[in-house]
Amino acid sequence: MNQTDFSQMGPVQKLGHRSIMLAVHLGSVVLFFGQVLRALVMPRYRVRRFVNDCFDAGVLSLPIICLSGLTVGAVLGLQGYYNLARFGAEGSLGAVVGLSLVRELGPVLTALLFTGRAASATAAEIASMVTTEQLDGLRMMSIDPLDFVVSPKLLAMVAVIPLLNALFICFAIFGGYLVGVSYLGLDGGQYISSLEGAVDLENDISGSVLKSVVFGLLVATVATYRGYTSEPTAAGVSAATTSTVVIGSVCVLLSDYVITALWGV
Amino acid sequence: MDGHPGAGAEFRIVFDGVHLTRGRRSVFSGLSCGFVRGEITVVLGGSGAGKSTLLRLIGGLIRPDSGSVRIGRRDVARLSQREIFEQREMIGMLFQGGALLDSMTIFENVALPLLEHTDLAPQDVAEEVSRRLAAVGLPGTEELYPRQLSGGMARRAALARAIVTDPEILLCDEPFSGLDPVNVRRIESLLVELNQRLGLTMLVTSHHLESTLRMAGRIVFLTEGVAVYGTPREILASEEPEIVEFLAAEGRAPASELLGDERAEGAP
Repeated sequence: MNQTDFSQMGPVQKLGHRSIMLAVHLGSVVLFFGQVLRALVMPRYRVRRFVNDCFDAGVLSLPIICLSGLTVGAVLGLQGYYNLARFGAEGSLGAVVGLSLVRELGPVLTALLFTGRAASATAAEIASMVTTEQLDGLRMMSIDPLDFVVSPKLLAMVAVIPLLNALFICFAIFGGYLVGVSYLGLDGGQYISSLEGAVDLENDISGSVLKSVVFGLLVATVATYRGYTSEPTAAGVSAATTSTVVIGSVCVLLSDYVITALWGV
Repeated sequence: MDGHPGAGAEFRIVFDGVHLTRGRRSVFSGLSCGFVRGEITVVLGGSGAGKSTLLRLIGGLIRPDSGSVRIGRRDVARLSQREIFEQREMIGMLFQGGALLDSMTIFENVALPLLEHTDLAPQDVAEEVSRRLAAVGLPGTEELYPRQLSGGMARRAALARAIVTDPEILLCDEPFSGLDPVNVRRIESLLVELNQRLGLTMLVTSHHLESTLRMAGRIVFLTEGVAVYGTPREILASEEPEIVEFLAAEGRAPASELLGDERAEGAP
């Protein structure tokens, strides 16, 4: 499965081989995910490890999420204001900022930032545990690493990403407020009330949470799978980290389109 | 050097016709050998000869392509995943780098098997852990993290973790590599003491000839996918070209002389 000699293959053969390998990997990701789910449901529950992993994935991501949220909101405020002003509709800046954040930018940007910060770290951590035989060490103590290491991490990532998403949106709305109200001189009450009137719970907020959870599941599965199945070398660790970021980001963007097209959120 | 353990001894672990291929490379081609209950067997061989792989086969971390690896009457190669997990509770393994979990303290590392597999009360666990750490010469290191220990200390902490549940079989993967002579001696005497006091069946992979001759009851020499095994005396007297080459490279030309010295010193 690994040591394949590409140099002796023709282009057609290479394409075929790659396609087969893609199918094999997709299949094993699904199996992996099933095993992790089983480990999650079966007792022992690793509450302490889950809390620690929430700290690593969530709390340590706070600075980048808050700062990025503020900046994105400020840019939205500026762009929105100038474009709305052309139609004399700058009063609905709050609605534009709020809707675009809640429905699209919040979940997607949070997931992308999360992939770069937390998912890559998780993949690197698990991969280096493979390299230093820590996972084999656990197996030899009759402890399943899927249960002890992987499942708390996966659950923690899925749990924190909607929270980070909410925080990102709050900071971005505040960033938009700073630019729109404090800098460009819109009325603060109008900004808030147009936002409040446009964003509703049923469609917008729940859609945002749905997207966030789906992105979280995808990114967390990619990160843990790539770490868990990495080659036990330094190159293996770096390959796992890089491909987590690449595959994770692509998964987020593709699934974003699919969710938006199917459910219109 | 035939297939019999010798008078009064009994094989605890038996490899029978084990074939294993990794990638395109054949690691074992019909490996057959045995490991005697209650004895220290040292597995010798050049790098890439499959020493660690042999230990991993016993632990069920990998499965052979064909052939059997029997511990007592159970064939590890044919156990289900669940049975392998049960089987491992009687096996302790000391990994080359220690394999301590680096996100946990030494205490948490050593206590882990106890917390997972026994119903001991927390204060009993604490007591047991500090007793084990004292036994390997690391008292008071409970609150340190593995990265705060030197290589030799981490190896000893890992040894404490490997034996904390009183396994019957102890597998040691290169316990001496990368250590200074003092630490080599220390770990060696710990292993010998464990073997004498508790009667553990021990497998030690090594390419450290001197300590091998001091501690080994039997030697398994891996060469080209098969094993030559016997007592240290038989191995040293062997005519097998690989063994002769290995010994010559270690600079042990007058083998019989060395053996005479070591036996006299090592005998109780």
